[in-house]
Amino acid sequence: MFVVVVGGGKVGVSVTRTLLALGHELVLVEQEQPRFERLEEEFQHRAIHGDGTEIFVLERAGIERPPDILVAVTGDDEDNIVICQLAREKYDVPKVIARVNDPRNEPHFDLLGISPTVSATSMVLALVEHEVPQHELVHLLELRKENLEIVEVEIKKSSAAAGKKVEELHLPRTARLISVVRDGRAEIAVGSTELHAGDQVLAILEPGSEDDLRSVLLSA
Amino acid sequence: MKALIVGVGRVGSAVAKRLGDEGWDVVVIDENEEALGRLGPDWTGEFHLGHGMDTSILEAAGITEADAFVASTDGDNTNIVIAQVAKTRYEVPSVAARILDPARAEFYGGRGFAVVSPTSTAIAELSDSVLASAER
Repeated sequence: MFVVVVGGGKVGVSVTRTLLALGHELVLVEQEQPRFERLEEEFQHRAIHGDGTEIFVLERAGIERPPDILVAVTGDDEDNIVICQLAREKYDVPKVIARVNDPRNEPHFDLLGISPTVSATSMVLALVEHEVPQHELVHLLELRKENLEIVEVEIKKSSAAAGKKVEELHLPRTARLISVVRDGRAEIAVGSTELHAGDQVLAILEPGSEDDLRSVLLSA
Repeated sequence: MKALIVGVGRVGSAVAKRLGDEGWDVVVIDENEEALGRLGPDWTGEFHLGHGMDTSILEAAGITEADAFVASTDGDNTNIVIAQVAKTRYEVPSVAARILDPARAEFYGGRGFAVVSPTSTAIAELSDSVLASAER
């Protein structure tokens, strides 16, 4: 595979090392001179110096071939968006992967059709939330393309749902229960599965139905 | 008529003042509070401190009611992205972005917002003035 990586920070360098070790062809673009010099020592001619949002720099990196994948992992979200738009729309690069530095910018990537995106901040936040469930309903996974998300809810003693079967619950039409974890053992949630206080329930739902789901599973 | 201007440098501040003189309701956004100084003591319009990528700032500045949007920060890529956000997400009727790099300016032309490239203008006019001198 031929891959172009724009941005020689920690992420870009790790991706580069890994792909090279796997035997792929790779070009890494870095804008800052001192950092570029360090990269050139390690990667030799595979490192290119320049602003990856400049068309002539991308062309020097071989974008016209085009690469199978372009990875935009600079520290600037605007730059990553522009790099991906150029790659996809001007050079027909079949796959682009972008890093989102500030999660608040994620809607901009979505709006402009740039996916998949990877946001370290969002991932760390999700992991922390998983450990410290303050909101009763923990977001585990977002399937952005499918417009679905997977959440985890712990059934409380006070919940009216405790002691009821799944088929007796008035779940929102846009949500389904996936599984129930009780005493460390998981089972698939079916109509006859009975919910108990302390159960960890996984559910899949359309974004926006969280409140309805929360009220079915948690209200007294 | 209401205009929202993001980036109040030499260009943005002059555009803001000109539109204000023409009777427009002008709201400006800049990352830097000192930018307010460029607008001069007579400036009576709104000033919002923040980054143009931040939709909460854009919304606080009233982007949903804006008739026109000008992206004139010192970053080409910021201008490119926020102009597309203004056009596509907020459907501002008239959107213009300053893009200094002629190559990117060309690529982003024809997408429903005006691309203004001072560099391309300079290239054309400087070349024309030289070529015109040869014809004399």
